[in-house]
Amino acid sequence: MDVKMERKAEQTNSTQVLTMVQAINDGLKTMLEEDDTTILLGEDIGKNGGVFRATEGLQEQFGEDRVVDTPLSESGIVGTSVGLAVNGFKPVAEMQFMGFIYPAYDQIMTHVSRLRMKTMGHYSVPMVIRAPYGAGIRAPEIHSDSAEALFTHMPGIKVVCPSTPYDAKGLLIAAIEDPDPVLFMEPMRSYRAQREEVPEGKYTVEIGKGEKLQEGTDVTLIAWGAMIPVAKQAAKQVEQKEISCEILDLKTLYPLDRDLIAESVQKTGRAIIIHEAHATGGLGNDLISEINDTSFLYLRSPIERVTGFDVPVPFFALEDHYLPTPQRVLQSIEKAVHF
Amino acid sequence: MSFKSPLEGIDEQFEMIQILNEDGEIVNEDAVPDLSDDDLVELMRRMVYTRVLDQRSIALNRQGRLGFYAPTAGQEASQLGTHFALEKEDFLLPAYRDVPQLIWHGLPLYQAFLFSRGHYHGNQMPEDVNALSPQIIIGAQITQAAGVALGLKRRGKKNVAITYTGDGGASQGDFYEGMNFAGAYQAPAIFVVQNNQFAISVPVEKQSAAKTIAQKAAAVGVPGYLVDGMDVLAVYQVTKEARERAINGEGPTLIETMTYRYGPHTMAGDDPTRYRTEDMDDQWEKRDPLVRFRKYLESKDLWSEEKENEVIEAAKEEIKAAIKKADSQDKQKVTDLISLMHEELPYNLQEQMEEYKEKESK
Ligand SMILES: Cc1ncc(C[n+]2csc(CCOP(=O)(O)OP(=O)(O)O)c2C)c(N)n1
Ligand SMILES: [Mg+2]
Repeated sequence: MDVKMERKAEQTNSTQVLTMVQAINDGLKTMLEEDDTTILLGEDIGKNGGVFRATEGLQEQFGEDRVVDTPLSESGIVGTSVGLAVNGFKPVAEMQFMGFIYPAYDQIMTHVSRLRMKTMGHYSVPMVIRAPYGAGIRAPEIHSDSAEALFTHMPGIKVVCPSTPYDAKGLLIAAIEDPDPVLFMEPMRSYRAQREEVPEGKYTVEIGKGEKLQEGTDVTLIAWGAMIPVAKQAAKQVEQKEISCEILDLKTLYPLDRDLIAESVQKTGRAIIIHEAHATGGLGNDLISEINDTSFLYLRSPIERVTGFDVPVPFFALEDHYLPTPQRVLQSIEKAVHF
Repeated sequence: MSFKSPLEGIDEQFEMIQILNEDGEIVNEDAVPDLSDDDLVELMRRMVYTRVLDQRSIALNRQGRLGFYAPTAGQEASQLGTHFALEKEDFLLPAYRDVPQLIWHGLPLYQAFLFSRGHYHGNQMPEDVNALSPQIIIGAQITQAAGVALGLKRRGKKNVAITYTGDGGASQGDFYEGMNFAGAYQAPAIFVVQNNQFAISVPVEKQSAAKTIAQKAAAVGVPGYLVDGMDVLAVYQVTKEARERAINGEGPTLIETMTYRYGPHTMAGDDPTRYRTEDMDDQWEKRDPLVRFRKYLESKDLWSEEKENEVIEAAKEEIKAAIKKADSQDKQKVTDLISLMHEELPYNLQEQMEEYKEKESK
């Protein structure tokens, strides 16, 4: 049932079998080789290769001037990256965990996202902020946040989130090449969950485009990042009940692929949105608005959301109860189908 | 012409204070703290106990019986020497590695274990313990400490707020802001930076062009002291004096303790061999705070192997009992958390509460 996507690999013949974190490493390496102005900044990204080993070996290969172990300050990392970006560099800043992006929020909200507009295009900020996000890896408090909605709400910054190794590398390269700032969210839970063939060298996955992972007729499941496996499991489970799910992997959270969503929902007439962030103010609400704008008259049931609760992501002893499960998705599917 | 650099001579101003050298000999007679024999023995007991607790915590973590844990061995003098200079009513704002100070401030051991396991009761200080739970966000506690201290001053208390961070933490904006606020208010705060030479893998030399962290205080008009963080007497004495000044209305102090963590950054997969050498480990282990204090106490006939073994055995027993108590703690539920979100729950949380209650009843 899988829909084969047309992959926009710039014909590179050889591939490697990589995990997502290896694919990210490969993407960074590709761009460090490709473009002298690419510079990586972050805490522990050099000698240590990053706490998840995403930058393993890169400082050794490209030197301390291009793979920079910064002082411990997120605001400093992002502010410095802004300065480098307006001065001809392509900074790729790592937040060690997305939960630590908040000290840099001011820089992102008030500068990264608006510099192009407010200088009438004289300056742009072609930087990437990498942020490992999400629960389910037994990390301590605040390491598990899924804060995409804070950034999709922020005019001026694109937000992307891959769910596979192939997309991780392709989206990362697209983000680095993008002339504007991109927040690149990395689902930690998926870092090593899956291996797949990833082309060597440079290729991109287009920002702003999602993908239909599975064709179906009864209900559209909309998800991204670490929620894709949850959606797939739920879809599999309802197959026995003869409910056919279409699964969309959004990949880009801002700007949304509204055509993909509209086309699918107009066909199935039902939509379930799955995200691990809190319900209130979550991206699910924007998705509902999009569907409302494009497909209201096609709907056969109210749109369902399966999300985290309106509590801070709990300590790891409870995180499994917070995260959307296939079981919860399944209930929503049945509710929609039997509406 | 060229002007004289204001940095000239700065190194001499921030020389490291030491009272007890690596061989356990007093090298600064005038500065020896006024501690009774009982106090000295108690200080040693706490350090030994804490070393055992660290070893047991690492073992329990490896067995899957503890969760998040940041090793403390090597930092006992910094942690317990500063804490020993405090009074019960003083207010602690620790970082994730500073669980020992919390325990000696009154947090029951089983709650420390619950904190490690991600159980919220670990964050719930007993009524008589003035402290926030260990801070995960590097630097956040430092500005908060300025506020606690200002509050103590406004309420006319003769107490201090003490906060801990690491060498990496001294790079956060919050570090400068917190010291500056406390300085501006002349608030009774003590800022401790445990300089264990690394922020995870990043060596302290990469954090700043400043040769010491202590000197950063000078920029905001606050005294900063550089102390041998493996020398419990020096750490104690500098903290004691800082506390005295603070409660006498003379404002905050920064204390940088030069120390080392022997273990990995945390038990979550950090591999120190990636960023430091065995040689460096050996150099620091020679300065071990327990070894030198033991020598000192033995020279005064205050400590013996027998005494040490008693402390070790007692610690092990207490740890065992505390783990048992932690094991018997009720599992937490999502509804517990939802109910704590506000004094009065808005409708969305009430609905989510109902949804969960139903699940939890199954
Ligand atoms: C705001 C923030 N950024 C990053 C981290 C991740 N992190 C946890 S500990 C640490 C290093 C801290 O080093 P240091 O301040 O020297 O304290 P130490 O762990 O050595 O005691 C980092 C980068 C964090 N917890 N909070
Ligand atoms: Mg440190």
